[in-house]
Amino acid sequence: MANARTMRAVKRRDNLLGYLFLLPCLLFFGTFLFYPLFKSIALSFQLTNPRGEPVAFAGLDNYAGLLMSGTFLSTLKATALFTLYTVPAGILIAFVLACMTNARLPAMKTFQFVFSMPVAISAATGAVIWALLFHPSAGMLNYFLGLLGFRPVPWLIDPKWALASVSLMTVWMNLGFNFIVLVAGLRGISEEIYDSMKIDGAGPVRSAFSVLIPLLSPTLFFLLIVSVINAFQTFGQIHILTKGGPMNATNVMVYQIYQEAFVNWRFGSASAQALVLFTIMLLLTLLQFNWLEKKVHYP
Amino acid sequence: MILRAIRHLPLYAALAACALAVLYPIIYTFSYALMTPAEAQAYPPNLLPSGLYLNNFADVLELVPIDRFLLNSFIVSVAVVAGQLITSNLAAYAFAFIPFRGKRLVFSLFLSTMMIPWEVTVIPNYITIRSWGWMDSYAGLTVPFMASAFGIFLLRQHFLQLPKELLEAARIDGCGHLRIFAAIVLPLARPALATLAVYQFLNTWNMYFWPLLITNRDTMRTVQIGISMLKWEEAMSHNLVLGGVTLVLLPSLLILVFGLKQLVRGITAGAVKG
Repeated sequence: MANARTMRAVKRRDNLLGYLFLLPCLLFFGTFLFYPLFKSIALSFQLTNPRGEPVAFAGLDNYAGLLMSGTFLSTLKATALFTLYTVPAGILIAFVLACMTNARLPAMKTFQFVFSMPVAISAATGAVIWALLFHPSAGMLNYFLGLLGFRPVPWLIDPKWALASVSLMTVWMNLGFNFIVLVAGLRGISEEIYDSMKIDGAGPVRSAFSVLIPLLSPTLFFLLIVSVINAFQTFGQIHILTKGGPMNATNVMVYQIYQEAFVNWRFGSASAQALVLFTIMLLLTLLQFNWLEKKVHYP
Repeated sequence: MILRAIRHLPLYAALAACALAVLYPIIYTFSYALMTPAEAQAYPPNLLPSGLYLNNFADVLELVPIDRFLLNSFIVSVAVVAGQLITSNLAAYAFAFIPFRGKRLVFSLFLSTMMIPWEVTVIPNYITIRSWGWMDSYAGLTVPFMASAFGIFLLRQHFLQLPKELLEAARIDGCGHLRIFAAIVLPLARPALATLAVYQFLNTWNMYFWPLLITNRDTMRTVQIGISMLKWEEAMSHNLVLGGVTLVLLPSLLILVFGLKQLVRGITAGAVKG
């Protein structure tokens, strides 16, 4: 009897203590994640005044306006193209470099450090450096192209080149993260498999395709999901390098949301757009899980 | 060893070329930061400086208060790391060791926060911070980031791997949760705490969107926003801009050199657990 009472007391104390320990996180998540999520949904059905205060119920007007406007389609296209330019190239380059530095040879640690380096560089710092490299007349990229006999490229000023230029900078910036993830993945493959690859005598390309890629598929799958999400959320380098221009060529969705919310101060339609972006990202992630997860080889 | 290296000469040549390409933007930054104004303006451009010209750093500090930006970023990053260490430790301990009702529900609730992208929450958060009068303040820059699901899961994972017998023994000795937490779990969890600290320090240091919204006065700007001001100053010469960039880049590179192991652990924590 007394035992049961102490048990109950311990249980009650554990319940209390458990929630007491969780209280700070619950407060922060509630205030800055869950409340804003619902507030965003509410805002997306409202019209706001220039100070961002809701003034009238708009129903689905914000969503309808979005789908009607040509801007939305063009930002969607820019985002899709940016993802296509950066994600496959970024993963492929990091994969090749990770395989090259995976040999048990001297100085490989140094090369691994060098290829991991961009991970420490922020979008803002990277963008400022590349803005100078991209400079049409005084930039180093055009100088090197000139030495090789090419004509100067209008990197950021030509609508045809701008998105590709921002993508080039982004691939460089993301290299460190992709490389670190892939090196960790390669390290997880057992020594015996590398040995048997050597005995097998297949060339590096054949063995990469037939052995390494299937074994690395969980890592590659993770990288693909994260990279696509990152590509859809790109903002810093666009804001610094092109401000969405020229002629909206680099106006990706998050940049458009920023402009709508914090330049035009239309929180309602900006929220609608953010939720549409959220839905697209969610669907893309689900699609990747559906299509690719079957092909992922979990050991 | 050397013989083997020679046999692999083509591999080394290819790696060296790739390394040069990856490093070039950084080499370029440091080179120009050390060039005299005349050297930086020469055409054809100089690839490397002729000497160590250090005046650029002083000159750029006079034009743009980068020292203040560095201080702000440092304060903000340390505050966010400290906040996350506290909140994540508490929550992770509760999830790992305290049996309480509704644990699985709260756990999946916390897990779901990883799915909410920042662009959905940023507008309401901006409204909240503005209505609290927290614009241009350290509170506005840090408080929204004081808890993260990533930190909680990283630490919980680590806590669950601690030897059970040790905790049992402490409990039999009559230690309460607070004692066990402070005397056993915290000291043993140091590697995981370091991982979380380095990883989130760099993340906060590199933050761009939020400080851009929340700060207007130069005295409250963080480095990432400050650095982009250099780019808008069209008249500024490349050696000054890159002198400023170098000042901003050095702390990040120091983190990389001294915290690479922690950083890699932080990044792969996501990769391994999917």
